[in-house]
Amino acid sequence: MKLKLRVWRQRDAGASGTMATYEVDGISPDMSFLEMLDTLNEDLILRGEDPVAFDHDCREGICGACSLVINGDAHGPERTTTCQLHMRSFADGDTIDVEPWRAAAFPVVKDLVVDRSSFDRIIQAGGYVSVPTGAAPEAHATPVPKPDADFAFEHAECIGCGACVAACPNGSAMLFTSAKINHLNVLPQGAPERETRVLDMVATMDEEGFGGCTLTGECATACPKGIPLPSITAMNKEWLRANRKVKR
Amino acid sequence: MAVSGLMMLGYLAAHVLGNLKVFFGPQEFNEYGHWLRTMGAPVLHQEWALWIVRIGLLAAVVAHGVAAYQLSRRDIRARPVSYAHKRKRASYATRTMRWGGIILALFIVWHILDLTTLTVNENAQPGRPYENVVATFSTWYGNVIYLTAMLALGLHIRHGFWSAAQTLGAGSATRDRALKAAANGLALVLTAGFVAVPVAVMTGVVS
Ligand code: HEM
Ligand code: SF4
Ligand code: FES
Repeated sequence: MKLKLRVWRQRDAGASGTMATYEVDGISPDMSFLEMLDTLNEDLILRGEDPVAFDHDCREGICGACSLVINGDAHGPERTTTCQLHMRSFADGDTIDVEPWRAAAFPVVKDLVVDRSSFDRIIQAGGYVSVPTGAAPEAHATPVPKPDADFAFEHAECIGCGACVAACPNGSAMLFTSAKINHLNVLPQGAPERETRVLDMVATMDEEGFGGCTLTGECATACPKGIPLPSITAMNKEWLRANRKVKR
Repeated sequence: MAVSGLMMLGYLAAHVLGNLKVFFGPQEFNEYGHWLRTMGAPVLHQEWALWIVRIGLLAAVVAHGVAAYQLSRRDIRARPVSYAHKRKRASYATRTMRWGGIILALFIVWHILDLTTLTVNENAQPGRPYENVVATFSTWYGNVIYLTAMLALGLHIRHGFWSAAQTLGAGSATRDRALKAAANGLALVLTAGFVAVPVAVMTGVVS
């Protein structure tokens, strides 16, 4: 396959960037999108140019490091991560636009790499459970009803990639934050911090400069892990409940 | 946004029912208009109940507008650099919430000048709402303004009602279909109910 790429190039956080045009040839339909970019970078290095910086780690769809907006879609046209997107989803001769996640809370570090530590700070505000250390407890000591376990697991699937923020027209982080809150708030292990978790994580989300939710549903459409839109509703319910319970 | 929106929605449900009385003739409609001023009596003085409703509504409209402004500002600030590759995001009703809301705000101003204060209604007769409604919909611009606003209203309610349910934590995966159906139903019934009046005047059913 031969492709034309329009890629966002930006030297560093302070510089202004542009969309630069490149041609890549010899692309196999079995390559992943990132392998296609590797091919481009090999060419660029041989030509003595600066390779395109992009985030990646596991390349198997579980770490959440990869992050590209491809032709206007976060993670591209398939409902998966960019590392699991294959070139067979494109046609020979296509022009493909590649841009970084765009959000005030995700500033560009270089080219396609953005700083997602705002997500880390949301997690630090309450995305954990306080457990005593020591030997692993007996598994039957804390029974969890099956529907709750399923609900928690569905939300635990979030890999923190940020596609929801990138896809949202408002740059809102509601889907990510709701996935993390719902995962822990439904479980007995998460119960001691149930109220402070939702209040603190939502407050941090707001402080980080993410936009407000207008329920467009773009986040859930883009999410590679299928975190559903009603997660946001469940978080709103938890937040209202916590405000009723905690006087501050 | 959710609470003030639901307050206005409750008002609209009552308003559309009142409007449909236009089909029972001038006497009944004008009596109804008169009752709006005496409702609550004898406990309340003349027009007190009406003013209480008006103040509540004004508060809801202002709260809704201020919240919408603050939310929009925040949302625009959260995406300072837009994507080079543009594509349409979300449904039509969702995308038109901001412009639709502005259209509705302008409509409310016009509507009060037209049928409450009668300032812009050329053939207005104070105390005769039936004749005034007919006068409004006997002009081409009256029909255009009201029909456009009612379409905007339907779209606004379609996304707004469902969204309010999510904000208040009333939605869930299992209830989502029912809520969407309720939002679409409400939007359709209110739009059709309001549109029925100008259409009836235009076709001569009400004159
Ligand atoms: C075709 C559609 C409509 C018709 C024929 C209509 C007709 C009327 C009439 C005749 C009155 C005056 C009642 C009286 O003073 O006795 C009125 C009042 C009012 N209408 Fe409508 N209306 C329509 C749609 C709407 C919509 C969609 C809204 C809101 C977005 C609205 C908001 C109001 C308000 C706020 C008042 C009260 C003003 C006041 O008394 O303080 N109307 N309408
Ligand atoms: S909710 Fe989905 S899109 Fe958002 S960070 Fe988690 S996995 Fe990524
Ligand atoms: S590189 Fe780990 S999810 Fe894509």
